Amino acid sequence: MPAISLKLNGRSVTAEVEARTLLVELLRERLGLTGTHVGCDTSQCGACTVHVDGRSVKSCTMLALEADGHEVTTIEGLAAADGTLSPVQAAFREHHGLQCGFCTPGMVMSATELVRRNPGASEHQIREWLEGNLCRCTGYHNIVKAVQAAAQAGRG
Amino acid sequence: MAQDGIGVAMKRKEDLRFLTGKGTYVDDINRPGQAWAAFVRSPHAHARIQAVRTEAARKAPGVVAILTGADLAADKVGILPAGWLIHSKDGSPMVEPGHPALVADKVRHVGDQVAVVIAETRDQAREAAGLVEVEYEELAAAVTVTQAVAPGAPLVHEQAKANTCYDWHLGDQAATDAAFARAAKVVTLDLVNNRLVPNAMEPRSAIGEFDRATGDLTLWTTSQNPHLIRLLLAAFTLGVPEHKLRVVAPDVGGGFGSKIFHYAEDFTVLWAARKLGRPVKWTNTRTEAFQSDAHGRDHVTHVELALDKDGKFLGLRERTLANMGAYLSQFAPSVPTYLHATLLAGCYTTPAIYSEVRAVFTNTVPVDAYRGAGRPEASYLLERIVDVAARELGIDRVEIRRRNFIQPSQFPYQTPVALQYDSGDYGATLDEALKRSDWAGFEKRRAEAKARGKLRGIGLSTYVEACGIAPSAVVGALGGRVGLWESAHVRVHPTGTVTLFTGTHSHGQSHETTFAQLIAEKLGIPFDNVEVVHGDTAKSAFAMGTYGSRSLAVGGSAIVQAVDKIVAKGRKIAAHLLEAGEGDVEFRDGKFTVKGTDRAKTFGEVALTAYIPHNYPAGLEPGLEEGAVYDPKNFTFPAGCHVCEVEVDPDTGTVQVVGFTAVDDVGIVINPMVVEGQVHGGVAQGIGQALLEEALYDDKSGQLLSGSFLGYNLPRAADLPSFRVGTHATACTHNPLGVKGVGEVGAIGSPPAIINAVCDAIGVRHLDMPATPERVWRALRAAKKA
Ligand code: FES
Ligand code: FES
Repeated sequence: MPAISLKLNGRSVTAEVEARTLLVELLRERLGLTGTHVGCDTSQCGACTVHVDGRSVKSCTMLALEADGHEVTTIEGLAAADGTLSPVQAAFREHHGLQCGFCTPGMVMSATELVRRNPGASEHQIREWLEGNLCRCTGYHNIVKAVQAAAQAGRG
Repeated sequence: MAQDGIGVAMKRKEDLRFLTGKGTYVDDINRPGQAWAAFVRSPHAHARIQAVRTEAARKAPGVVAILTGADLAADKVGILPAGWLIHSKDGSPMVEPGHPALVADKVRHVGDQVAVVIAETRDQAREAAGLVEVEYEELAAAVTVTQAVAPGAPLVHEQAKANTCYDWHLGDQAATDAAFARAAKVVTLDLVNNRLVPNAMEPRSAIGEFDRATGDLTLWTTSQNPHLIRLLLAAFTLGVPEHKLRVVAPDVGGGFGSKIFHYAEDFTVLWAARKLGRPVKWTNTRTEAFQSDAHGRDHVTHVELALDKDGKFLGLRERTLANMGAYLSQFAPSVPTYLHATLLAGCYTTPAIYSEVRAVFTNTVPVDAYRGAGRPEASYLLERIVDVAARELGIDRVEIRRRNFIQPSQFPYQTPVALQYDSGDYGATLDEALKRSDWAGFEKRRAEAKARGKLRGIGLSTYVEACGIAPSAVVGALGGRVGLWESAHVRVHPTGTVTLFTGTHSHGQSHETTFAQLIAEKLGIPFDNVEVVHGDTAKSAFAMGTYGSRSLAVGGSAIVQAVDKIVAKGRKIAAHLLEAGEGDVEFRDGKFTVKGTDRAKTFGEVALTAYIPHNYPAGLEPGLEEGAVYDPKNFTFPAGCHVCEVEVDPDTGTVQVVGFTAVDDVGIVINPMVVEGQVHGGVAQGIGQALLEEALYDDKSGQLLSGSFLGYNLPRAADLPSFRVGTHATACTHNPLGVKGVGEVGAIGSPPAIINAVCDAIGVRHLDMPATPERVWRALRAAKKA
């Protein structure tokens, strides 16, 4: 089995993976990072979204091998070391942008990238950006509000 | 009002773990030595099983065992029961074919379970499942209800003649006929309530575990009601004693009804774990979820409304074919009957109502409760036909509703369809919604849209629904096989902090927050001093779980009762400490005070004394922990008004919701932030039903055409607007909190408002859901030709 090394939530990790192992499987099943969720098998729901080199990626569509040499951040790596929530995480709490919490890690990762790239994004832009992330609980209303609040503060 | 008590938009206790990836959903759990299960599912809608050949699969890497319907039959286990018995008009009981967890004789829908493969890893199990060879003799399928009731239709179950499960009715037929006979106007409508797939974002998952040493069994499962699952496993499917069985539903990623039911997979992993002596885990794929989670709705309805010349409703008649799917899921028989036809009075004084519902088996996935369960079907047919009547009588849509409203002075109001509404103010929610949506200014917006080449429409619905299910005696009289009370246990710790054990389950509803607020308010202790425990039969006492917007109305009422007992005992202890008569001690703001003095003991002091009873009332037991059960006296009746505004592109038929206002009376509100969130989610599902979602079967092959997120349009962020949400509370009169329930109002009130808006925009009498671009475009073209 090929070995890969990556930087995961700021720490260096090496792992032997099968060629067909998906990044989400490596994270959830081998490394115990179960914050990244699996909500579908057709790359449609975005529950599995993580950052690879700072960009949102659906980890169910990427092979673990492809992460070799890259920097991966999951929901577990977003808050500060002392537990302080990131601005997007805090905004989701403040604006009730989550109910059952299942879509939340993917939503937060995706929104974090948006806020970083396009601070001050409009409601329309936020809704378009979240195209790849499904939520069945919130009707998106409060998610959009949360992302808007974080974006207006101009911080990811 | 306490700063963190009732009525405050407290931030949620749940959020920290969910926002940092620390939630624990079933698929996040792994047990030592666990094997994985994968199911072999039928690719056919209807076929006789000739042979199941497992030799090749058994040789595949990692395979531990393969179990089939024959093994199930040999063990005499695994027949999933229905939880509600409905009787037909002629008094005969419904046809009740059992639902085997693994079928041996014939498959009855695409996705039906034929065998389970247990292997060392998930991938090995799934791969080996593909190697199980099942020889089928294909049979013609009855896919739609209309096909299933046609003469000579293939029979899903031999014992169900004409595929009929029951042929039921409610209401006074003669009185209703008489009302129609003297009507100045009769309006009729044929409509379809489209079949939906609930699609909670977390796929179902289960782990069964068996401890050989003790004989204890544990099931981790994605359930809204772990106690109910344990009861069904114990009494019906596995036949194990309840005290040896623990069911845990940890964090659950949404349910919307679909996680109420005892599914084949729950049973199978536990059965297999016991057989193999090792934990067995299974997690659904989304594709399998489409073929194995209970679907919702699927009614074909004919409805008639009789009116006098002034637009007063004289009578309503409904005839519905309700699709049960291939087997009876637990609540299925109650959904189109007692959860549906009992709501046909709506907000109106219609004096005579008659409903006939025929439940039909088809070769499709079982249909059961999905957010609203029977009530969205009622509000939809009612609010649609009211709009059609207004149009045909030339009466304003708002005016015709006002003329027929039950007035606040008429409560308690006995409807002709069994229910007695306790409270409401339909005019108030209507007025508020019209104001917030600027109904009066609409024509200007229509004209402005027209200038841009868009067809703008507005629609409303005024609905009432029944929640807080339900008084056990009533449920029993109507055929329910369970009681529908709820339990709460309040454990006060020696230092005065509190753990609440509730029988309800939170899978997005925020109980950990709102129930803590409730206790903080009642005991006058800080919100942070309350912990809410749910979802584990080993921790909380038996109770019925979460569905039908019952958790606060029923479960919250049980909490109030338990807290009252705590306060009563605390008063005894305080009176002793304060050397006062018990009747002279009052409890307020977290303090027991001798009336008219400043002599007081805090709640914490009293709690400590209960556990260190050195100076204690004679004859009183030490400790401070109380349990209560609450059996509701009536249903609760949330109601409200939803207003929807749409713009239609006449070239493409695309409908965009450009405004949505919901003003709901959900009774007293504990946490307005949570209430608004519940309404948002419900409305989003209503917009999904009205415009986007449809579980569409090929009516020949019985294949589910919209069987993944590629074909089934779950609402995405860009499909929806921001919502205007408000509440107007009239208190429920029969529970101690005055609460009514909020989980389902959004999904019940919104679909008719949306379709009413679309019909208004394009000027047609009726359009079936979902109003897809193609449907709208065709309707526009037909209207142009006509
Ligand atoms: S799990 Fe659904 S997109 Fe990755
Ligand atoms: S919060 Fe439940 S799916 Fe988004």
